Parts: sequence; structure tokens; C-alpha cells
Amino acid sequence: MYSVNYHRAASVADAVKKVKAGDGKFLAGGMTLIPTMKSRLAAPSDVVDITRIASLSGITVSGKTVTIGATTTHAEVATNAKLAKVCPALCSLASHIGDPHVRHKGTIGGSISNNDPAADYPSAMLALGATIVTNKRQIPADKFFKGLFETALKEDEMVTEVTFTAPAKAGYAKFPNPASRYAVTGVFVAKGKDGVRAAVTGAGDNGVFRSKEVEAALAKKFDAASLDGVKVSAKGLMGDIHATPEYRANLVVVMAKRAVAAANG
Amino acid sequence: MSEVTINVNGRTVTKTVEDRTLLVHFLREELGLTGTHVGCDTSQCGSCVVHVDGKAVKSCTMLAAQASGSSVVTIEGLANGAELHPVQAAFKEHHGLQCGFCTPGMIMAAVDMINRHPEGLDEATVRAELEGNICRCTGYHNIVKAVLAASAAMGKASKGKAKAA
Repeated sequence: MYSVNYHRAASVADAVKKVKAGDGKFLAGGMTLIPTMKSRLAAPSDVVDITRIASLSGITVSGKTVTIGATTTHAEVATNAKLAKVCPALCSLASHIGDPHVRHKGTIGGSISNNDPAADYPSAMLALGATIVTNKRQIPADKFFKGLFETALKEDEMVTEVTFTAPAKAGYAKFPNPASRYAVTGVFVAKGKDGVRAAVTGAGDNGVFRSKEVEAALAKKFDAASLDGVKVSAKGLMGDIHATPEYRANLVVVMAKRAVAAANG
Repeated sequence: MSEVTINVNGRTVTKTVEDRTLLVHFLREELGLTGTHVGCDTSQCGSCVVHVDGKAVKSCTMLAAQASGSSVVTIEGLANGAELHPVQAAFKEHHGLQCGFCTPGMIMAAVDMINRHPEGLDEATVRAELEGNICRCTGYHNIVKAVLAASAAMGKASKGKAKAA
């Protein structure tokens, strides 16, 4: 790791000020940023630890409205009883990120801000039609995820919380890379008042996306059998040592089926 | 440079270290607590697992400065004098190790796992929970046995699958 200056922020405003003072990065759980710095793929002049800002952490459930603070860890999301009552799919998703030790540190805000094309949370945010709240504005998930590791966030902007309306039904299934547990392909399906949304992670050449084919099939009937015979195009899907675009295209349908089955219990 | 103050195994220590110092290096090189190992150095293997404020974390993926103000427990902090912690005793009894390199991380992960499952553990849960700890010798069988035995010994109700391990 190159030399870096560590700061601890007392408030959101303080964090933004400290990041702007140099070539800084916000540091939450650090489960991506620290390894990236260790391998010298990132070399910020400063890191600003936001995990001691109390207002950024925690989960509130009010009726069907769920709000999750940016520095809420995967372990906290996975085990939150109130969230489990209204959206157990998100708890399940969080419980399968990385490993127990990673889940004690990694945060939802960090995951979506990094927007790794194989991360789990972006698919949930997109399928749930979540709103990403920052220190400056509210951004619909549809406009937040911009591509590989790219988001709508500006340099001095940080996610403070995410909020969504719990859908009637939701489910998530992923085909995990056996070593990293990142999704080779993962699908989050949600059936809410605005219909069915299905978001795919791990597969897209340009990051998380909604699958029109899967959504159209599930709009008729929210049942795994509705996806029988559905074909997803391999165009625009990732090919790497783990899987070809065609294999991922098939996985989208298979994972969507499993996600719907999970949603229907 | 930053002044870092951490309570390590019940003793508060203050050191001035480079901001980029990882917690594992702080423990090993500043405090001489070499029980915590560096295996992969890429947050995969878990040989560096310690507890920070009661939660198992990978100390190779955390700056010492991030832990300033926190309480850290390492493998050296488990035993009560000459009396082994129940998880250490179970690893010895069930031979949950061969070369021993992964063992400190395995034991710290096991203690955390047992703490988070007061209802008791079964074999499938132990295996799933060991996701973040890699052992290249044992094939995990004896590690799983040891964790189940320790869970039972620590007064937690086992779900009765201990023999299956």
C-alpha cells in the first residue's frame, strides 16, 4: 500500500470537507477499498473513515417503508428482525455476501457506491426501485448505476442511506464464484405495486441491468414456470475465465427461476 | 503518522504508526503478538482473524487506525493463564489442526461463530460459517468436530448432529 493519510469524520459535512481537501476517498467497511489500495490499484492521498458517524448506521422499518443507513453492515442487514418481516430476500442476500468476517465490516453504502459488476446489492436496489439518498440529493436506483464501477455519484458526494417500499414478494438467487462468493450471475426479482422488476448482476458487460425478457414473462404470472423456455440474449453479457456470455445468459433464466421460487416460498 | 490507541487482550496500548499500517502488522510487529498470522494477505484465507469490539474481522484488511478506540482480542487473549479456552481445548482434543498455520484464525472464527449461535450449531452451519477460513491440511473434518464439541462444551444446546461430523 502506498502511503496514505487516515482521517476520522465526525459528521457527513466533515467527511465531505476532508475528502475534498485532497485526493481522498470515503472509507466505510473497507472490504473493497483496502484490498484495492494494498494491490496499488488505488492510491488515494487520504481516506476518510465514516463509520463513526452514528446517523449513517441502522435500519428503520415503518410500515412498508424501509430505510437502511449507508454504513449498516451486511451482518446487520442479514440479521435484522424487522427487515426480515417485510423483505426477507434482502436479509438472505446480505447473508451470502463474502464470509462472516467480511460481513462484519462491509457496508451497503460501500457496496453500491463501488458498484462492482458482480456485487449483490446493486441488483436488489434496482429491482426494489430503491432511492439512493446522498448528502446532496435523492437518486432513483434506475439512474444511479452507470456502468462498471461507475455511479451517478460526484467526487464530493456520498451515499447516506437507501430507502425503498417493501414489495409484496421478492427473492434473490445467485450462482456464486466458489472462491470469492461474488455472483457469476445473480438475479433479484421483486413484485411490487408497479409490477415485476428483475435485476441481473454479475452478467452484464456494463454492470447491473434489468432483464426485459424475465420481467415480461413474470408479468403474466409470477411463477417460476413462467420462465420455462424463456431465452435471454448473450449480447452485452460478460465473458471471462468463469463463464461465457452464453452460459451467463442461461444462468439469468435459471437464477431468475430460483429467485421467484424463493419469493413465492 | 497517527497515534493509535487500542485495547488489546485487556491491555490498552498506544503506538505512533504509519497510517497505512494494517491491524495485523500492528499486532505482530508493534506488539509482538505473532499468534495472528498473515496467510493470503487478500482477505480470503482467514488466518488473520481477530475480534474487534466483539466481532470477527480480517485484520489484514483493516488499518490499525480504523481500530483506534476499539477493543481487540487475539488468539493470545483467549486462554485463562494455563487453562485453555474451550475452543482451544476442543481443537487439541479433536486434533483440529495439522501444520497449525490457519489455527489461530480458525479458533477466533469459531469463538465468534459459537457466540453468534447461542441456539447451538449443527455440522452444516459450521461448514457454511467457515467460508472465510481456509485450511490446506485437514480437510476440515476435525475442525468441524472441534467446533461442534466446543459449542456443546460451552453450554450451548447442540442440535444433535455432532456425531455426523
